Amino acid sequence: MNKKKLVQLENVSFQYPLETGFALRNVSFDIYEGEWLALVGHNGSGKSTLAKLLNGLQFPQEGTIKVNGMLLSEETVWETRKKIGMVFQNPDNQFVGTTVQDDVAFGLENNGIDREEMVERVKYSLEKVKMAQFLDQEPHHLSGGQKQRVAIAGVIALRPSIIILDEATSMLDPRGREEVLETVRELKENHHMTVISITHDLEEAVKADRIIVMNKGELYREGSPEDIFQMDEELVQLGLDIPFPVKMSKLLKEQGVSLSRHFLSEEELVEELWTSHYKK
Amino acid sequence: MMEKMIFGRYVPAHSLIHRMDPRSKLMIIFLFVCIVFIANNSLTYGLLAIYTLGMISLSKVPFRFIISGLKPVLWLVLFTLLLHLFLTKEGELLFQAGWFSIYEEGLRQGIFISLRFFLLILMTSILTLTTTPIEITDGLESLLHPLNKVKFPVHELALMMSISLRFIPTLMQETDKIMKAQTARGVDFSSGPIKDRVKAIIPLLIPLFVNSFKRAEELATAMEARGYRGGEGRTKYRQLSWGLKDTSMLIFLGILTALLVLFRT
Repeated sequence: MNKKKLVQLENVSFQYPLETGFALRNVSFDIYEGEWLALVGHNGSGKSTLAKLLNGLQFPQEGTIKVNGMLLSEETVWETRKKIGMVFQNPDNQFVGTTVQDDVAFGLENNGIDREEMVERVKYSLEKVKMAQFLDQEPHHLSGGQKQRVAIAGVIALRPSIIILDEATSMLDPRGREEVLETVRELKENHHMTVISITHDLEEAVKADRIIVMNKGELYREGSPEDIFQMDEELVQLGLDIPFPVKMSKLLKEQGVSLSRHFLSEEELVEELWTSHYKK
Repeated sequence: MMEKMIFGRYVPAHSLIHRMDPRSKLMIIFLFVCIVFIANNSLTYGLLAIYTLGMISLSKVPFRFIISGLKPVLWLVLFTLLLHLFLTKEGELLFQAGWFSIYEEGLRQGIFISLRFFLLILMTSILTLTTTPIEITDGLESLLHPLNKVKFPVHELALMMSISLRFIPTLMQETDKIMKAQTARGVDFSSGPIKDRVKAIIPLLIPLFVNSFKRAEELATAMEARGYRGGEGRTKYRQLSWGLKDTSMLIFLGILTALLVLFRT
């Protein structure tokens, strides 16, 4: 990959105060411009800690994090937060405003943006996440998926280059999850946004360009979704669940059905099955 | 039910009073509370009553909403009236039956004081009926802004108010959920002696509190991640606009005050 490195982590270690053992140990990797990177791992694998470090909510004890070539430190943290937007897990606990438009404007207010510009950006961002008709809606009248889309609008209003989804879909129903992921996918494709999705849901990770598997605070494996899912049993041992199509193709192979590879999506698997049968 | 108590007060409409700047409304209420005490005869009280009725009709709020707002304080007004009737012993004797007697001054005072009460409540009802809680918060923040100079945390206070307003419905939904969950586990909230019912609230309050702390922490993290670092250098999305109607309303109140001073005895 010959892309521009947007974030560089070098030998990052982190330990929470009053806790023995490192939450992260000697982690190094790069994040490239315009990619969708999935960070997967079991609870306590250090993936959420990584998100906090990237946003400067915590600072590593050892090692360095560079965002766009700039070292992340107490001095540069506010600059960095403009470049990296975060969407958290609980839709309710990140909704600050009393209405949708107030919430989207919150981040803009914090950064001292002029009011005329704010009005424009609020409108634009809400259109991008297809929530423009809910401008004056109050949060308790919205579904989880809608709230998360408002949170995304709040992030893109600040025009960051990176958006981090910290388990952002884990509290949503399947429809809400699909809505949110679709929104993010569109942003990535049309606006050249870099996406880091932190998840334990491998179905979500399938859609990424690259997957990093974390285990016990260390980087366990890095690769394309195809590579990662070849690990199958190993993933289960790490406490991760294999996506259904991958499981299915594995079981089919065991039953003697010849398949060319492990399939990541249901459509691909179905396609292979009916065409292979047809060829016979 | 509680939601109605707090939010159901606002009646959306497009009247002149609805469109007024919350700052001017707050100022008018504050001044009104002061000038109510100038009135001391039928003429001045009459003027105040006409003014209040005028405001009600301008606000276009259906009368039943205003009446329902008066209900809870009706007893207090009645109590004041009776207190004055029985205890003020000045002026001519109007009525006597054994130890019980009503004097002219008592009747007059009683009526005036309860009328004063009534007018104050009516005026404040108009404020809450025509202004959303968040507008009131914005208005207060703007009016209290000069207090920043004496290190009074105006912005923080307003933020606190708006966050509590935003979370009230969320917490109500949660209370409802916890109540159902505990009912399913056999907690009885609605019957039995008072002592048991109070005890039944404990398994409701503890999860609610624990969750609120968790929410607070997560919200703080989310706010920081979105660049919140106190009121300094912050711009405001919600804008208040002071118009001709606001100035004229204040001037009108000034004229009323002058009339009151002129006609009081």
